[in-house]
Amino acid sequence: MSVIVDRSTRLCTSGITGREGSFHTLNNRAYGTAVVAGVTPGKGGQDVEGIPVFNTFAEAVAAEGANTAMIFVPPPFAADSILEAADAGIATIIAITEGIPAHDELRVYTHLHRTPGVRLIGPNCPGVLSPGKANVGIIPASFFREGNVGVVSRSGTLTYQVGNELAQRGFGNSSIVGIGGDPVPGSSFVDIIELFEADPETELIVMAGEIGGDAEEAAAQFISTSVSKPVIAYIAGFTAPPGKTMGHAGAIVSGSHGTAAAKAAALEAHGVRVGRTPTEVADIVVDTLGGSR
Amino acid sequence: MDLLEYQGKQLFARHGIPVPSGAPARTVDEAVAAADEIGYPCAIKAQVQIGGRGKLGGIRIAADREQAREHAQAILGMDIRGLTVGEVWVEGASQIEAELYASIVFDRSARAPLAMLSTRGGMDIEAVADQTPEAIASLHVDPLLGFQAFHGRRLAYEAGVDADLVRPIGAFLERLYGAFIAEEAMLVEVNPLIVTPQRTLVALDAKVTLDDNALYRHPENAELRDLSGEDPQERMAKERHLTYVKLDGDIGILGNGAGLVMSTLDVVALHGGRPANFLDAGGGAKADAITAAVEVILSDPKVTAVLFNIFGGITRCDEVAAGLIEAFAQIRPAVPFVVRLDGTNGEEGRAMLAGAALPNVHPAATMDEAAERVVELAHPEGHGR
Repeated sequence: MSVIVDRSTRLCTSGITGREGSFHTLNNRAYGTAVVAGVTPGKGGQDVEGIPVFNTFAEAVAAEGANTAMIFVPPPFAADSILEAADAGIATIIAITEGIPAHDELRVYTHLHRTPGVRLIGPNCPGVLSPGKANVGIIPASFFREGNVGVVSRSGTLTYQVGNELAQRGFGNSSIVGIGGDPVPGSSFVDIIELFEADPETELIVMAGEIGGDAEEAAAQFISTSVSKPVIAYIAGFTAPPGKTMGHAGAIVSGSHGTAAAKAAALEAHGVRVGRTPTEVADIVVDTLGGSR
Repeated sequence: MDLLEYQGKQLFARHGIPVPSGAPARTVDEAVAAADEIGYPCAIKAQVQIGGRGKLGGIRIAADREQAREHAQAILGMDIRGLTVGEVWVEGASQIEAELYASIVFDRSARAPLAMLSTRGGMDIEAVADQTPEAIASLHVDPLLGFQAFHGRRLAYEAGVDADLVRPIGAFLERLYGAFIAEEAMLVEVNPLIVTPQRTLVALDAKVTLDDNALYRHPENAELRDLSGEDPQERMAKERHLTYVKLDGDIGILGNGAGLVMSTLDVVALHGGRPANFLDAGGGAKADAITAAVEVILSDPKVTAVLFNIFGGITRCDEVAAGLIEAFAQIRPAVPFVVRLDGTNGEEGRAMLAGAALPNVHPAATMDEAAERVVELAHPEGHGR
């Protein structure tokens, strides 16, 4: 098993006719993901290398049974596209788009939170990869193979760095989930860790957090009460100065809140081992699982 | 983006929030002319994005023209915690009967706007929040429902405002919330919100933080600038569409992806080095972006060594190598570079760099090795300083 995307995924890309949208959608198809449709208003009836394009999500769902959406449209149109996908009955929405206004994210989050059966991953995330099964997004799949470590991260390249260190030690992944670096992510660490806890293939969970917000602290609390599997954490941004946004809209230390030290302390207080570098995280995984499989 | 006080007040005024009338000034003569226009007594206020400027002499009351000149001379150009005052705001002095505090914050944890009100506004609101948090009434507003009249009443009664002010405070908060939503702010704060002897409310200060991602919908806000707070390297990076944050060390850092760059800063620090900057070349950075990034990093004279840490996903290592080779052709850097290229097209990128045989460029296989090496090169006389 795996989480969020797998062989039952039927993907529809919003923004499939754009340069980035078509490139990554075709990459995902080449990996083996069932890409069944694309949506670009005004381009219904066309196709992208054989993938049918529809004007609306409702048509894509009716005609092709799409159950997963990937959002690649520019920020001004992204919130609308996410809401359209949810309205059409799509259960899993993965938003890659970076730079969506925070108030748009807040309205979308609040609405989806009240809509049963919809899960939003991102925005501003690299997507989800379940090695050997499906890839939805921009994660470079060639660096990862099937295995028993679930990875959840706020940052794309940091995920690749941690995943690569694990791969060098012989570990593969059940799924790799990028939840994104924005102030209001659709899914939190807690949401994804809950899925990994329930996934029989996942034996260990690696979470890569960063400064800003309190999602890591909430995860620490959740892990202590509701997670039986070992969780290893990494936090980026120990040297980040307060008041400066470090690249991600959500990565900012305000006052004494959101520091890396406070997050590491909260996790350690709840029994989660925290690696000080990505290399140390991989070493702790080896130590915990006792060699590769 | 953080606004200066007067920019915040002008924004408030657009939403019907009462503010004292005033004018900005960048020279002493402008300030005196503004004071003459407004009338005396008037307040001359330093425009810097730092709290506590009043305690540091950045706000002074002028009783007449002579004092206005004197105060403007003293404040313009003064240093407030490292920021040079380049602008003052001149406004009519207000009569104050009571000082309240009001704000709306984008509360990420609760995923809802948080509205706050206190009757203990003024200079020590941080101490109030710290020692007697119950003196600040607060509630979350449903983002799909918006601010309701009962929200205002509840805050007013819980904060304990005088009975005659309950309705005006409710109306004030509703407008403040309206400004928060319409301008897509992350924070709107009024401290102090004053009660005049005529029992009217006036926002005597304004602290506004706007969402950078929403500025494209607010062109009038996108044009606002605080020249005093902008670092030359940060301005240069912004013009080149690079994500750059100046830090105070001497090792220039470039990476791809915010999380990896933050991690690189930490690993360099663990090896005893001090990063000079955060620079995220972004996903899919092409050769010209890398060349531009090298220029920005090296424009900081403190930089004595540079670390490139790339793990290519959608970024291709051969593009990064091409950009670095181009940068060396254009700039001829005088400081050593340590380069770690891994991920997509890593082999090609490493081969290109080896083939180019750039002077003083040191390849490293891992992030740890790269960090260790760059710290050695930055401080050849030994670790630490």
